[in-house]
Amino acid sequence: MCLGIPGQIVEISDEARMMAVAEVSGVRRAVNVACIADGPLDRLIGEWALIHVGFAMARIDEDEAAQTLAALHELGETQEALEQMAAGDAALEGRV
Amino acid sequence: MKFASEFRDPKLARALLQAIAEKADAIGATREKPVHIMEICGGHTHSIFRYGLDKLIHEGVEFIHGPGCPVCVLPRARVDECIELAERPEVIFTTFGDAMRVPGSTKSLIQAKADGADIRMVYSPLDALELARRNPDREVVFFGLGFETTTPSTALAIQQAAREGLANFSVFCNHITVPEPIKALLDDPYMMLEGFIGPGHVSMVIGFHPYDFIAQDYGKPIVVAGFEPTDLLQSVLMVLTQIEAGQARVENQYGRVVPEHGNSVSIAAINDVYEKRPSFEWRGLGEIDASGMRIRDAYRAYDAEEKFGIGYAVGRREVPEVEGCACGQVMTGRIKPTQCPQFGKGCTPETALGALMVSSEGACAAYWQYGGARTAAE
Amino acid sequence: MALRGERVTLAHGGGGRAMRDLIEEIFTSVFAPPGMEDQARLMSDALHDPGARLAFTTDGFVVTPMEFPGGNIGKLAICGTVNDLAVGGATPLWLSAAFIIEEGTEFAVLRRIVATMAREAEAAGVRIVTGDTKVVERGACDGVFITTSGIGVIPASRDMAASHVRAGDVAIVNGVLGDHGATILAARGDLALSSAIESDCAALGHLMEAALSAAPEARAARDLTRGGLASALNEIAEEAGCGIVIDEDALPLRAEVVGMCEILGLDPLYLANEGRLVLFVPADQAEAALAAMQALPEGEGAAIIGRAVADHAGQVRMRTAFGGTRIVDMLVGEQLPRIC
Repeated sequence: MCLGIPGQIVEISDEARMMAVAEVSGVRRAVNVACIADGPLDRLIGEWALIHVGFAMARIDEDEAAQTLAALHELGETQEALEQMAAGDAALEGRV
Repeated sequence: MKFASEFRDPKLARALLQAIAEKADAIGATREKPVHIMEICGGHTHSIFRYGLDKLIHEGVEFIHGPGCPVCVLPRARVDECIELAERPEVIFTTFGDAMRVPGSTKSLIQAKADGADIRMVYSPLDALELARRNPDREVVFFGLGFETTTPSTALAIQQAAREGLANFSVFCNHITVPEPIKALLDDPYMMLEGFIGPGHVSMVIGFHPYDFIAQDYGKPIVVAGFEPTDLLQSVLMVLTQIEAGQARVENQYGRVVPEHGNSVSIAAINDVYEKRPSFEWRGLGEIDASGMRIRDAYRAYDAEEKFGIGYAVGRREVPEVEGCACGQVMTGRIKPTQCPQFGKGCTPETALGALMVSSEGACAAYWQYGGARTAAE
Repeated sequence: MALRGERVTLAHGGGGRAMRDLIEEIFTSVFAPPGMEDQARLMSDALHDPGARLAFTTDGFVVTPMEFPGGNIGKLAICGTVNDLAVGGATPLWLSAAFIIEEGTEFAVLRRIVATMAREAEAAGVRIVTGDTKVVERGACDGVFITTSGIGVIPASRDMAASHVRAGDVAIVNGVLGDHGATILAARGDLALSSAIESDCAALGHLMEAALSAAPEARAARDLTRGGLASALNEIAEEAGCGIVIDEDALPLRAEVVGMCEILGLDPLYLANEGRLVLFVPADQAEAALAAMQALPEGEGAAIIGRAVADHAGQVRMRTAFGGTRIVDMLVGEQLPRIC
């Protein structure tokens, strides 16, 4: 349910109706930005938002995204190290 | 695609799967005695099958597919009412694509369209507004359905129509809420759930405190998750970590999109336009108290039920659900789609009996489409 | 210029002078078929080849909008029929074209469609040798409907059929998938999406010739029209009685098409194409066929996407980028945008 996709706000098309243009991988669509507006709409240009049924529903928090990814990469490295250790142990015991 | 592709990295997924396997072993989860985790949201169900996560994950982790597909839980009576509206000569009936195939008592919207009703698929309620502006001599009805994620979009559309005085626009409101059916599920004595994956985009609107009761009153962990494969796997790992530690908390894995208290503009729009119905009927679950929204009197002019005198506006209509269809039991997690006597026999995507086979997000259709079951059955 | 006004009227289908003017000015002056008979009398040296067979196909074309980025209904009509012949191993030679025209259609639109058809036919090396026009009342059809039939000759040395595909054969597509379907979705306007995607519509006769010269043992090809790659592969798996496995990582997809699918909740495997085919060749000829395709503009983005396998007969599976697998089923009905 609730299909949503990250898109970038690339222009403000109708200030009065709170309409902007969002771009997802080169595909453009008019979206309503009422939910993410806090001040002059021009400031939204370049921002990333979660687009759902023609509405920009939430700004995407770049720091949070980076933190999530960093945690994932850390886990990846930990797992890799564990696997290497396991492989090393196996080699020492001549079980390869 | 920024904010999507990075979260589809197979290498990160492998590391997560490995960590999940270790955690599952640590808590003694096996194929015979699995940990049951319900993904509430149909979008999560879709991702699980799309990426084959159900087959990649440790066999001691079993996904139970929840009631979070708004198309699936739409009762037949409501589809019948849609068709009744759509067949009025003055009406242009606008709808999201996935509602087109849901069977009513006699037909679906696709069949009604073939029979001559003016039904148009739109991407957004904004498109329905535009149609109303361009067709002043017609009544444009928008079929508003969906959980809290979609509710603000129709609320904002109604507010916009009111500002413009667009008298020929109305919404047939079928918006529903997540916490109430989850509570109904948790009160079901047959429930075997140890944890929940929470709906990311619903939480984007309402925040994650509405789920506090799941942790506090029922002692179950819930992790609000994003929709990319690593989001889902990381959330499963977080649920398992809580289970291992004997904890039950509400956690947020989807911090890049979900703020603690949701989106204030959306919440204000919902509260301005909508109020809770005393109860609303769910396919397979029956009437659930305070689980649906209706348009407030202040915006009555934009309420299709009031405007055309149908649905809850004229009292309840009983339409019995399909004989032999176990959608309800599948949705409560009591049985798997393949255990329904009709699965793949009387009920396939071509001849859907229940809505779980109709919508591509329905658990049964997902099983059929992505072979979650057919490969297992071979 | 005997045609008066700007639009087709019912008089242009009435069998009189107005009809003759329409046919001469818009159609026969451009297509230049031999003579003005209702039948074409055809000769080709290819028919003297002992063992050569005729291939005959027909296809109806309806599309809204009639003109779209990268082509129009006329281009579809020529390329679609040429491709139906080509994927069967035939050399396309002659086409017929029958037009059902809604009254009110602008002459200018018709002229553009017909000019495109003439150009595409010439490029594909086929001749439009016979045709017909009918005019129907407003609302009885949508703009212009075109039916084209095609005749080609299959050389004696060639025998292609889906049933010939066997385990171990390699599947090659000739370029990015779904451009046409995505273009039409955007061009219809009711979803209010805009993008720079253009239809992939192209005639693939020359591409097939090149691929078959490089891989003479090629088993079968299918053009990926309605229902996309997924539907074509399912048909082949069923007829060949083997399984097919494709790799998600290997599928050539344009970022914009992926973006549009993400927005609408669609699967690019099911999007229509009009200039794409899948070719099955024995593994030892796959690289040669691939190189031959990539050397032509209509095969620039060609890629090996999977292979036929002995198990799960009749079923298509995709190895996801994650190493998971999922079944790629036949589509049920039309793919509808998912919103929630």
